[in-house]
Order: sequence, then C-alpha cells, then structure tokens
Amino acid sequence: MFRIFTVLMGGVFWMPWCAWAADIPPAAPQQKMNVTAIIMFFIFVAVTLGITYWAANRTKTTKDFYAAGGGITGFQNGLAIAGDYMSAASFLGISSMVFAKGYDGLIYSIGFLVGWPIILFLMAEQLRNLGRYTFADIVSFRLQRIPLRTLSAFGTLSTVILYLIAQMVGAGQLIRTLFGLPYEYAVIAVGTLMILYVAFGGMLATTWVQIIKAVLLLSGASFIAFAALSFVDFDLERFFRESVAAMKQSALADHKKVVSDGKNILAPGGLVTDPISAISLGLALMFGTAGLPHILMRFFTVGNAKEARKSVFYATGFIGYFYILTFIIGFGAVLLVAPHTQYMDMVKGTLMGGNNMAAIHLSHATGGDLFLGFISAVAFATILAVVSGLTLSGASAVSHDIYASAICGGQVNEKKEMMISKMAALVIGCIAIYLGIQFEKQNVAFMVGLAFAIAASANFPILFLSIHWKGLTTRGAMIGGTMGLLCTIIMVVLSKTVWVDVLKNPAPLFPYKDPAIFSMTLAFLGSWFFSITDGSERAKNEKLAYEAQLVRCETGVGSVGASKH
Amino acid sequence: MVKESGDDSAQFKRILSNPKYHELVRKRRRFAWTLSIIMLVIYYAFIVVIAFKPAILATQITSDSIITIGIPIGVGIILSAFILTWIFVMRANGAYDRLTSEIKELSK
Repeated sequence: MFRIFTVLMGGVFWMPWCAWAADIPPAAPQQKMNVTAIIMFFIFVAVTLGITYWAANRTKTTKDFYAAGGGITGFQNGLAIAGDYMSAASFLGISSMVFAKGYDGLIYSIGFLVGWPIILFLMAEQLRNLGRYTFADIVSFRLQRIPLRTLSAFGTLSTVILYLIAQMVGAGQLIRTLFGLPYEYAVIAVGTLMILYVAFGGMLATTWVQIIKAVLLLSGASFIAFAALSFVDFDLERFFRESVAAMKQSALADHKKVVSDGKNILAPGGLVTDPISAISLGLALMFGTAGLPHILMRFFTVGNAKEARKSVFYATGFIGYFYILTFIIGFGAVLLVAPHTQYMDMVKGTLMGGNNMAAIHLSHATGGDLFLGFISAVAFATILAVVSGLTLSGASAVSHDIYASAICGGQVNEKKEMMISKMAALVIGCIAIYLGIQFEKQNVAFMVGLAFAIAASANFPILFLSIHWKGLTTRGAMIGGTMGLLCTIIMVVLSKTVWVDVLKNPAPLFPYKDPAIFSMTLAFLGSWFFSITDGSERAKNEKLAYEAQLVRCETGVGSVGASKH
Repeated sequence: MVKESGDDSAQFKRILSNPKYHELVRKRRRFAWTLSIIMLVIYYAFIVVIAFKPAILATQITSDSIITIGIPIGVGIILSAFILTWIFVMRANGAYDRLTSEIKELSK
C-alpha cells in the first residue's frame, strides 16, 4: 500500500509542473505565472501529504477512519468546523458580494452564521451522544435501519455531489486565473489530492488539512482587513466615506449601475425583494447548515458532549470573526482596488479574472506580489480542504450507511468496510473530476443553493424530529423526508435558476428562487401526519424506545465506548 | 439499532426513576429552547425589517455620519450569536454537567 502511496504522491507532486511545462491554450484568460503562489501552494501540499502519510499509519479501525479515533479536542474541532464552513465560496464569494453590492453581502453572512447557535442548543450534544460516524446513525437509532439509512445516505450523497461539483468548477476557474494552469489540469490536481487525503489519511488527515487551512485563512484575511483599515488610520467613518466616494469613480460595470441607480451601499439593496423570498432564503441559510453532512460528521471526532459544545463555541467565534473580516475586505476592495484600472478588465467591465477576485486583488493592493501569492495559495488550499471533507462524508454514507448497515446489517469486517470507504472515495473523486470538467462553462451557483435546500428540507427535518419528537415513526420519517427531497428538487428545477438560466425557457414555473419555506414545511408536515396516523406495532415500539434514547441524549450514558460493538 | 447490554438497561431504569434526571431534562430543555427562540427572534426580526422596511436600516447613526445603523446592527447580530453560544456553553459545561455526573454516579 505504501509503495502505491509513494508513487501516487510523486505523481501528484509533479503533475502540475508537467502541466505547467505543457503548452497552455492561448484562448484561456491567463494571468502571468504566479511563482510565489505556486511555491507556497507546493509547501502546503507537501506538508499536508506528510500529514496524510502520518495519519495513514494511525488509521487502523473504522473509528480512526470516520472519526479520527475520537481524539480531536474541542478547540481543534472548532477550527476544523470553521474551516469546513469557510469555503472558497464564502471567502471569495461573500467578499465579492460586499464589493459589488455593499451591505447585501452582510445579510448572507449573518444567515450562514446564526444557524450555529441553534445547532449547539438543540443538536450538537445529542449528535455526539447518539451517533458514531454519520448523521444516519441518529435517525436510525430507534427507527428502522434499512429504509432510513438508505434515505439518509441518498440525502447525504446528493448534497455532497452537488456541493462538490460547484467547488470543483470554482477551483478550476480560480486556479486557471491564479496559477496560469489549464482548467482540466487544475480540476484533476484538486481531485487527485482530495482522493489521496481521504483514502489514505481518513478523517485524521482531513481534519488536520482543514485546521491548517483555517489558521492560514484566518490569518491571511485578518492581514488583508487590517492592512486595508490602516490606509485610513483605522477611522471607520473615513473608511466608509472614502469607499463610497471610490465607488463613484469606479470603472466596474456593477459599480456604475449601483451609482446610476442611486443606491446606498451601506444599507440593504435589491438582494431580497419580497417577504416570502426573504424568509425562505433565511430558512435555507440557517437550517441548511444543520443538515450539511460533512459538517455534522465533525461532531463524532470529539471525545464527549462537553468537547462537542466547546467546538461549536469556538466555531461560532471563528466564523463570526471571519464574516466581519469579509465585510471589511469587501469595502476595502472598493476603496483600494476599484479606483485602479490595473485590476480591471476594461473590455468586460469586470475585475481581472472575474468579479470573484475582489479579495485576491485587495491582497495585492495591500501586500504586494508576495502576499498575493500567499492568498492565492490559501484560496487553493481552502478548496482542497473543503472538497476533502465533502468526499469523506460521501464515502462514509456509501460504506457505513449503505454497505455496512443497510446491506450487511451491521455484521461486517472492519477492514472490509474501510476498503469500501476508500473505494467510495476514489469513485466519488472521479465523478467529481468528470463532472467538474463537464460543467466548466455552466453557471453552477444554483448547485450550492440546491445543496443547501436539500440539506435544510430533507436532512434537517428528520434529524431534528428524531431527536426531539417522541412520536416520529419510520413511516413518517420516510415519507416526510422523501417529500422534502422531491419538493426541493422539483421547485428548484422549475424556478428561474434552472428553468430559465440553465434550460433557457422564457419564464419560470415557480416564482421563488429559494424553495426552503415550502419544502421544509412539507417535510415537517409529512413526517408529522404519516407518524400520527401510523398505528402499527412497530410504530408503538419506536415511540416507546424514545425514553431510552432521551436518557442517552441527555446524560451520555451508553455513548461512551459505544463506538465499538 | 443499538443493542443495550443488561447492565445498561438496568442503569437506564435507575436513571428514569431518579427525579433529578427529570428535573435536569426539563430545565435544560427550557434553557436550550429559550436561547434558540431568542436567536430566531433576533434573526427573523432582522429579515422581516429587510423585507418590509429596509429604510430603517439605512438611517445614519448620527446626522453627520455616513455609517448607517444597519452596520452596527449586522455586526451586533453576529456578536449576539457568539454571546448566546458562550452563555449556553458556560451553563451546560458547568451546572448541567455537574448534575448529569451526579445522576450517573447514583445510577451505577
């Protein structure tokens, strides 16, 4: 195994260099080679592959593979959760949204953040006390294993694949602009590295990759934000006043529109148009978090409920701080990037490399070439770390929920289960690479929205009800969960994002972009109705089993050492 | 499904017959739900203002300042999320954990 590992490691390490030497298609919007970024990125890859090698030696049981042996501390796990959350999409996307639209970017950040306290108050501890490796463990604790595992695994896999494709497409485009690599090579490099981290290092390597990246990203973002504020001597009044003035001078098409519309970028603008959309977006952002499989998995890496609570506390702190930074970075970019034509693509009226590059250009404006290199490398590392976490949760759904629990009925050899996990990681990785390349020219933003909507409408309701409602039965959970899942997919397909933007139809059949308010309600109602009308013997036993589940949730009795039986 | 060993289920019965356990469950649930509702109210109040009366957030903090009250309010919501989690963790890792370990001791 280690020979294969060494060969692969060598292969990946050198492949981008070969690609670099190969001719780059002249049509691609290349920037000049960013040498600092490439050197820093290779240092990151070398360190993380070293960690993967170290972790591979320590990953002997399924508990090591799925849950890093359960030995991660609350602080480390808090950083890792924050890392899973601070994807390239939130770092580049939210700072760019603030850059283009001002205050509206902050509305997104707030929605993403306020889900955390709710997870802590109502779920984190219960997850830790009831579960072993995946959130399907919780749902199938007192309900029928086979149907619910299958449904949960399906929810996990659809969330993971959609989210992965979006990340892969983003990665390819970002790396093409930052490093001057062709799109396909970039996607293959990211895919290969994430397969290596997951298949060889399991959760231990994935967690440490995430922790290192979180520290790099937090320090890099802090530097950009404070450097931007230092230009106005840390005077916030001056900071915003000069940013607003700078926007009036900007050559950027988005900025010209904001100025000609007479919008105040320091107040809410056109992001939310009607109350239903506002509440629906709010629900998806808030409860989507509580149903994201790669984040829920992190609660099983800590030793007990106390550490689980601490990890959410640290995560909330890091994520909140990070979002305040992205707000400053967005306005900092208006102040320091927008007035300079060197950062502009004057033909298209966008930023050089696309409008998602606000934070990257600001790093150059504040810290020069060296710092631009650092932030580019961090942005790449961010994508790698997040896709690894996603791949691991997808692989666990296949091996733990479908193979070991649903197909083999829990009677499975650990070595064999781990083999299946690794193969699943390989297959998911290849699917992600393939689809990442296929979707190059597509607008994939809706995939992130869809992943969040599925997480909020199919995963979250049954997870929440199985913890908090005695009356939930297998029938209710199955029907309610399926209704939530189908409703989300149908509504998103019929909405403007897919029906008009992707399928090129003239008008949407469903008027709202975000289905969460309808699909979540439907999932809850369906689960409730089909549970209370379930008079079967099985349903009675499931309700009776709630008492024992509650004892374990509340006290943790039975969960210590429960990871092996 | 988790198979409980004989020991475990006897322990479950002892915990269930302990009034302190029921007190813990009641208190902690009320505490968790109170904090959750506070968070939800803060967040959805914000969302509703954005949906119906966005002009409120565009008010300047002082008459000669360009900064709108929307900015401190936004940052304030982020801080409130952090403070609420802090309150929860302090209480859960302190008083509730002590009560839990007492209950577990008694049930052994």
